[in-house]
Amino acid sequence: MPEVLKAPLVVEFPFTRSLGPVQSAFLTGLRERVVLGVRTGDGRTLVPPVEYDPDTAEEIRDLVEVAPTGTVTTWAWNHAPRRGQPLTTPFAWALVRLDGADTALLHALDAPGPHAVHTGMRVRIRWAAERTGAITDIACFEPYDGDRTEPAGHTGEFADPVTGIVAAARLDYTYSPGRAQTAYINALSGRRTVGERCPACRKVYVPPRGACPTCGVATSEQVEVGPRGTVTTFCIVNIKAKNLDIEVPYVYAHIALDGADLALHGRIGGIPYDEVRMGLRVEPVWTDGARYPDHYRPTGEPDADYDTYKELL
Amino acid sequence: MTSAPGDREVAVVAFAQTVHRRTSDELSEVEMLMPVLHEVLDHTGMKTADIDFTCSGSSDYLAGRAFSFTLALDGVGAWPPISESHVEMDGAWALYEAWTKLLTGDADTALVYAYGKSSPGSVRDVLTRQLDPYYVAPLWPDSVALAALQAQALIDAGDTDEPALAAVAARDREAASANPHAQLKGPVAQGEYLVRPLRTGDCPPIGDGAAAVILAADDRARDLCARPAWIRGIDHRIEAHGLGVRDLTDSASTRLAAERAGAFERPVDTAELHAPFTPQEIVLRKALRLDDSVVVNPSGGALAANPIMAAGLLRIGEAAARIHRGESDRALAHATSGPCLQQNLVAVLEGEPR
Repeated sequence: MPEVLKAPLVVEFPFTRSLGPVQSAFLTGLRERVVLGVRTGDGRTLVPPVEYDPDTAEEIRDLVEVAPTGTVTTWAWNHAPRRGQPLTTPFAWALVRLDGADTALLHALDAPGPHAVHTGMRVRIRWAAERTGAITDIACFEPYDGDRTEPAGHTGEFADPVTGIVAAARLDYTYSPGRAQTAYINALSGRRTVGERCPACRKVYVPPRGACPTCGVATSEQVEVGPRGTVTTFCIVNIKAKNLDIEVPYVYAHIALDGADLALHGRIGGIPYDEVRMGLRVEPVWTDGARYPDHYRPTGEPDADYDTYKELL
Repeated sequence: MTSAPGDREVAVVAFAQTVHRRTSDELSEVEMLMPVLHEVLDHTGMKTADIDFTCSGSSDYLAGRAFSFTLALDGVGAWPPISESHVEMDGAWALYEAWTKLLTGDADTALVYAYGKSSPGSVRDVLTRQLDPYYVAPLWPDSVALAALQAQALIDAGDTDEPALAAVAARDREAASANPHAQLKGPVAQGEYLVRPLRTGDCPPIGDGAAAVILAADDRARDLCARPAWIRGIDHRIEAHGLGVRDLTDSASTRLAAERAGAFERPVDTAELHAPFTPQEIVLRKALRLDDSVVVNPSGGALAANPIMAAGLLRIGEAAARIHRGESDRALAHATSGPCLQQNLVAVLEGEPR
């Protein structure tokens, strides 16, 4: 079997998230070097604060300032920081219960080594130099053996509150399309279109994915289809897509390649958009160095009879 | 739902799984899944068209692609149209949905499957995306780091120590020696610290795999299987998402789910626990009150093979298979999801008296 194709695939997304009143106050507070918790009906103070009591589901909004100093409740030594984590040098992950709080906050603890960290140790917040209203406004915690600092009793009211965050995410993959699609893509590099025939129902699927969706069995027999085909249905696109260098209006069509039992997608060119029709006979147009047809154009043949493609609609 | 199954009884009648491997990049997801679907159908002599309801569990974040489960449906034979559903969770929760569907009488048989290909991405990073997006995910704490926090909490509480964690790993992987599908089996070095106090040996293998079971109700189950694994109860519970709100040395949600599933009504002889990290097995044994009379993870558990999204369904399948084979009369199966055992599902399975 030829080598299966692989390629890097990066998925990046900047989620824009709204903050409710409690999260807004907490993250705005971090920007101003103030740590706020929220008090529950039974008098506990939750830090980081949430909008609903985790036990009773009661809405809670009673903000209360806590100290920037606290105690480690558990920890783990991370000798090899990964991308995106708070510090690039070895550090401890720690749950820290800030003075005045009843619950613990997860963050990084900057310490020289695991010997310098223990449950129960005293720490304080190290603020980020530039703060925007995000959890990363806390750069990390650091060991602290000074006195307790008393919070000033901030009310949680800010002149210019943060109302949202942008949570950027990036994940890296090495994508492999598997055996069947690898064969399809390899054939395209020779400007050939190859599908696979189902051993049970004999239908030819293109592009092949290795399984017949009707019979639920593996396909493996490769069948060359096309290059010519028939437009089975189409639509006229009137809105220009961002970063797409195609003039509107243009026609996007389902094309049943000769010998295939499934229509694939393609753009129709070489004919005015309002003259494209069901049954139009088309052929692929390749551009230099392309890995798939740029578009399909009319062959000049008479239109296909409806009965020849009605099952493929 | 509670443990009361109404006036219908539902059983696991067949189970199949892949050989779990570090990578399977020569296969697409549907290519990996299809042999398992065929095998589980073959066990019952059924065809796709005989299945009333199909439910699957998987995650787009593993593949890095939206709606990835729709491509896997090709392996089921989804044309002509079938009654189908999907959970973006471990397949154990898909089984829960199928179980409720059968209890309502809407269906007599169900195919439940789950798959995960972790090999294209970095699963430690991928799993950070399930965390609280405001306060936690921006820090990118990976799955090993969070499990390590739980381990240290247990050590501080005197519930375990590093040698005891190593013993959990050794026992599970020794048990996996008899499991032809397991990815890691036999003696495995505890290795270096990944995130202290967890060493590589305390962590699950990263791999690709799939699992499938068939459920059937009442007489249909008896027709399809010589000794059905009757589901006496299932329940699942979730805890507060804030890690610092929870007691990481305990699993209140597991205990409650087990109680509601009827697990404590009579002793079980087997427990398949979904504990990808050694400290989690310590927590679960305590929450489920499992003593040495119970055979825990005879398959090797998630420390031997942990295909994400399928590993929980595997626990139910392995427990059911022991009942099918007559090696167990009453088994508990557990599945988890989220960091540090955040969500937990418990199922109780029984074979008829012999």
